[in-house]
Amino acid sequence: MYAQMVKSTGEGLKSREDMSPEEAAFQDKIDADIKIEPKDWMPEGYRKTLIRQIGQHAHSEIVGQLPEGNWITRAPTLERKAILLAKVQDEAGHGLYLYCAAETLGVSRDDLTEQLLDGRMKYSSIFNYPTLNWADMGAVGWLVDGAAIMNQVPLQRTSFGPYSRAMIRICKEESFHQRQGYDIMMKMAQGSEAQKRMAQDALNRLWFPSLMMFGPSDADSVHSVQSMAWKIKMDSNDELRQRFVDQTVPQAEYLGLTVPDESLKWNDEKGGYDFSEPDWDEFFDVIKGNGPCNVDRLAARNKAWDDGAWVREGLLAHAEKRAARKTAAE
Amino acid sequence: MSKEWPLWEIFIRGQHGLSHRHVGSLHAPDAEMAIKNARDVYTRRNEGQSIWAVEAKHISASSPSDKGPLYEPSESKVYRHPTFFDIPEDVGAM
Ligand SMILES: [Fe+2]
Ligand SMILES: [Fe+2]
Repeated sequence: MYAQMVKSTGEGLKSREDMSPEEAAFQDKIDADIKIEPKDWMPEGYRKTLIRQIGQHAHSEIVGQLPEGNWITRAPTLERKAILLAKVQDEAGHGLYLYCAAETLGVSRDDLTEQLLDGRMKYSSIFNYPTLNWADMGAVGWLVDGAAIMNQVPLQRTSFGPYSRAMIRICKEESFHQRQGYDIMMKMAQGSEAQKRMAQDALNRLWFPSLMMFGPSDADSVHSVQSMAWKIKMDSNDELRQRFVDQTVPQAEYLGLTVPDESLKWNDEKGGYDFSEPDWDEFFDVIKGNGPCNVDRLAARNKAWDDGAWVREGLLAHAEKRAARKTAAE
Repeated sequence: MSKEWPLWEIFIRGQHGLSHRHVGSLHAPDAEMAIKNARDVYTRRNEGQSIWAVEAKHISASSPSDKGPLYEPSESKVYRHPTFFDIPEDVGAM
């Protein structure tokens, strides 16, 4: 998802007998749905896994501004432009809420930023795909924010207090994102032949990358079990993906668009759709850095960081000078 | 690596006359910028009428290990709650 393939540092799930008294008390709190707060005792693995997960999530919000920011200056109307600007600004806010949640675990903001900029930390694979036309703004809001919501709603109940509070705030803002996207899709799908083609094309390109957002099947993941016991992962990747497909297919039908999957079929027995898996080789390749936009995205973030250095330094120097002057006057 | 801007804790009073409430933190070079940034980060949807910014290093917090000694004394004082007292219905609203 926004945090795909977060490696937990725990060596698999510990049995009760193997837990220290502190670890057992910690797990009891989690099982009783008592929130863990920054100053509470926590296993090192819990702390480290959370820093990775929240950090990756925060980076995704920040890098996620780029594919949409790309269209702000070219939005078709002033109203659409104002809406997209507000949406992208929200994503910056989401990144900031999450960074401050991560900081309560003892990592610094700059440290997280540097790890993103030099490639040590990841962000969601979805943002390494390009946004080629205006319909992509519709498809991104509808599908990408839709998939994010699917993942973030359960995370409101996650065990770590600051993370849970950040998710609650984020979820309040997300449904605007998805609706504005779907609104664009409706306009396009009900528009001219050319607009319909653009809408279909956007769906064709973004469908499978959106399914990849939930990460590979949990059957292959050794990290999920521990994360679920710690309640920092609430549902399996496959469950969330299924839920997303079941919710989204009727929405595509309403638009009169075709989901680009010939195997897509309603399965009465399971009460959900059967669908094709995305190409996982492509996914791993994108994660490794070889997606269509990985290089551009990191270059853009690095440029913003470097170009902003004089502002950060200048404002700090100004603040220090003023503080010194004030002390001198006292 | 240049120095990081200090961390500020942000408190916001909402529309309905309630007290300022902690909403999160942010980095800013000074108090003035902290309030400006808080406006952008925490009040994009009319959430606030007033913002307090406090540099995080000035906040003292109780520690989780003090939970027992700090809060236990109030646990045994059930008579501090109105429900402790049985008032006959005939008395009317009280
Ligand atoms: Fe977001
Ligand atoms: Fe969003």
